[in-house]
Amino acid sequence: MKKHIRKTAVLSILTTVALVLSYVEAILPPIWAAVPGIKIGLPNIIIIFILYKTGLKDAITVSVIRLFLVALLFGNAMTLLYSAAGAILSIALMTLCKKINLFSMVGVSIVGGVAHNLGQILVAMAIFETSQIGYYMLVLAVTGTIAGVFVGIAASIILKRFEKIKI
Amino acid sequence: MKNNNSQKNQKLRNDIILAVVIVFIAAAGLLLFVLTKQEGSTVAVKIDGVVTDTYPLSENREVSIKTGENDENINILTIKDGKASISEADCPDKICVETRAVSFVGETIVCLPHKIVIEITNEKTDDQIDVAV
Repeated sequence: MKKHIRKTAVLSILTTVALVLSYVEAILPPIWAAVPGIKIGLPNIIIIFILYKTGLKDAITVSVIRLFLVALLFGNAMTLLYSAAGAILSIALMTLCKKINLFSMVGVSIVGGVAHNLGQILVAMAIFETSQIGYYMLVLAVTGTIAGVFVGIAASIILKRFEKIKI
Repeated sequence: MKNNNSQKNQKLRNDIILAVVIVFIAAAGLLLFVLTKQEGSTVAVKIDGVVTDTYPLSENREVSIKTGENDENINILTIKDGKASISEADCPDKICVETRAVSFVGETIVCLPHKIVIEITNEKTDDQIDVAV
């Protein structure tokens, strides 16, 4: 019982941190106005950390709560659709990559970043019924890879610091 | 420990291979896109996925595109010197206004909040094919 309470508390704090990181990312100026959608993916640091520390179930829980809170606080139903598609594809492919055990956290994070962009582009294609925006994905794949490297390094540093702390 | 280290190096190598492969595929795709692009002759206005209007790129003009239930959302499409751009809009993010002018087939300007896509097309060529058939 005590362990359960501890875990709930720690995951709540991590959800809050992910939420704050979402806000920080939202108020940052756009990196390149010509290609909207370029992001570092700061909240993914927390999601990857949870994925490695406590597992898929908790990562999904925190991610879902974060998505709804972000939509409620600084977005709308439309942005929820985009971010949900990105998050679902991202977590699914990251879990797969972690399972096959070929990549470190950085590799898993790269896959997560690119998958997030891919999910959002697919939704945009479906909404606008055009495949022409697909070439955005080529640019986003490069920026997603670079962002994934930094997010992966950050997540692995945090995981190392938490090595002796049980959640 | 030694075994652990070699496994770490192997994973690091795989990470690098992964990154290089993704960047390479994206660069090849972009290169293909740049090499195959051709000047368009018309610009199509799509609202919510449906083409509502098509204008020739050869004539300079300004069109106001009204969307929303009571036509409350306005984007101004400007065609000038064979290029199309959104010169004004009352959407919150103004990404469509910041997007540079487009003139090549398949290039788009997207206004997410108003569900508008401006797409460069080549409808004259389509007509010619129809006539030939």
